[in-house]
Amino acid sequence: MARNRLSGPLADPAGEVGYPADHPERVGFFTDTSICIGCKACEVACKEWNLLPEDGLDFTGMSYDNTEDLSGTTWRHVAFVEQERPTVDLGMPAMGRDSDQVRWLMSSDVCKHCTHAACLDVCPTGALIRTEYGTVLVQDEVCNGCGYCVPACPYGVIDIRPDTGGAAKCTLCQERLGAGSMPACATACPTESIQYGPLDELRARAERRVSELHEQGVTSARLYGHDPDDGVGGAGAFFLLLDEPEVYGLPPDPVVTTRDLPSMWWHAAGAALTAAAMIAGSFLGRKR
Amino acid sequence: MTGGADAYYGRPVIKPPVWKVPDVPLYLYLGGVAGASSTMALLADLTGRDRLACAGRLAAAVGATASVGALVHDLHRPLRFLNMLRVIKPTSPLSVGSWILAPFSGLAGAAAASQLTGLLPWAGRASATAAGVIAPAMTTYTAVLLADTAVPGWHEVYRELPFVFAGSAVSSAGAVGMLAAPQESAPARRMAVGGAVLELLAARRMDRNAGMVGEVYRQGRAGAVLRAARVLTGVGLGAALLAGRSRVARVAAGVCLNAAAAATRYGIFEGGRESARDPRYTVVPQRPA
Ligand code: SF4
Ligand code: SF4
Repeated sequence: MARNRLSGPLADPAGEVGYPADHPERVGFFTDTSICIGCKACEVACKEWNLLPEDGLDFTGMSYDNTEDLSGTTWRHVAFVEQERPTVDLGMPAMGRDSDQVRWLMSSDVCKHCTHAACLDVCPTGALIRTEYGTVLVQDEVCNGCGYCVPACPYGVIDIRPDTGGAAKCTLCQERLGAGSMPACATACPTESIQYGPLDELRARAERRVSELHEQGVTSARLYGHDPDDGVGGAGAFFLLLDEPEVYGLPPDPVVTTRDLPSMWWHAAGAALTAAAMIAGSFLGRKR
Repeated sequence: MTGGADAYYGRPVIKPPVWKVPDVPLYLYLGGVAGASSTMALLADLTGRDRLACAGRLAAAVGATASVGALVHDLHRPLRFLNMLRVIKPTSPLSVGSWILAPFSGLAGAAAASQLTGLLPWAGRASATAAGVIAPAMTTYTAVLLADTAVPGWHEVYRELPFVFAGSAVSSAGAVGMLAAPQESAPARRMAVGGAVLELLAARRMDRNAGMVGEVYRQGRAGAVLRAARVLTGVGLGAALLAGRSRVARVAAGVCLNAAAAATRYGIFEGGRESARDPRYTVVPQRPA
């Protein structure tokens, strides 16, 4: 077990941190972006349920995306990508230049609830914990706002809330799960683009959906974050995308930074010993 | 847009660090000087160089206390700073670092207090000894602190960074010794020279091995600051070699090497932030070949 503490596949992250064997199944999100209509119901439901303040009403010039980013006060973010590309001429009225049409890619982003969560690993206070559902949660009353989790997250998810000074991100609606309900965003999603459930079930469903789309000729469909062998040991919230991950603002192949931590400590120890030897050596001569 | 046609409106993929300037660069610099000064004080004491030992103890105490102050000031909830000692987490360099910094600053403070007041000399000596033994860890744990993030500019250089910090800590502590204890400064001069050489060599290696992200340390503000740091280190190194004979050279070396150590920390901090802001440094190395 200890072998995969820092990286690699890990079947039961909740069990690994000591929840008894009868802990609930690991749950997560499968976000199928091929049926996202960009309505932002998830963003609104998340803000409402979690009592998150608004971030200001600004125009960003980024298509319909005026949310910009996940942040301490925005835990769902719908990305809008407008792509002009040549399409088959169907004789239909088209937007854009004659031969080009606009293709819309929309995707609702969220915390990935990583199997190996860098935010949790680096948190010095123990504010970030693994829950019995295998998700990653900030305990606000413990967090001292050191901000270490922020640059540690390979997806740029967690952030310090300006109004409280504490770190904050998606909780997967921990208190709704406890009451047997689905997370607010999944409940609000009108197209079932956001699907919530036991992770194993979602992974199987996602595989079927991808093959279905491939059969229909949508060869660009691919899964992102579903693989337990990837750099974060598989994400608890994974996606079906229609283009490269970076197009949606996602890192193509993130790796949990703590994978290299043992090597980092060895190098630091070597350097500290070098410093000690150097200082000691400086005192060898007899001259004052 | 430098993000390439495919990045999402050129926005950063990871969140740039929320750590503040000057808090964090100062914390990095002061921790380094304090650590190396403390070991210098211990060895000076063992070899009967009282003035150098005294200077080292005071520098260790002042540096460590100020370093703690900078760290606490950087917290977004400073009143909860003691939560840093709530758990011991080997996976968190900041947790491990807090458990190095807290005893070190306590011991260094006690040693300096005894030195200044003349009270409990045996306890002061014991504290100074313990502090001097922990101290080398103070010079390098901060490199792990930066490297253990998704920030490309820091993570990519995790092998070299501790050596850069170690060299810079030793040379700046040596410089403090030269300034404060001129009559006994021969070992301090050797520290200044050796540390500066180590820092320059490690920085060069870091530059070579950083790959694409290395450019953040050559361009813009970080590049300018690091070039200045290298010039200061070079001048300080030269001056330290002449410092045995010239007072001017001794003072120049002391000042230049400390300015260089502070600038090195700030430059590396700034370069890392830049590498986090530009999505290219995150995306391009991760793309399938
Ligand atoms: S996506 Fe980021 S914030 Fe979410 S669990 Fe992973 S490392 Fe933590
Ligand atoms: S900001 Fe809070 S949650 Fe994040 S690492 Fe620091 S103590 Fe942990």
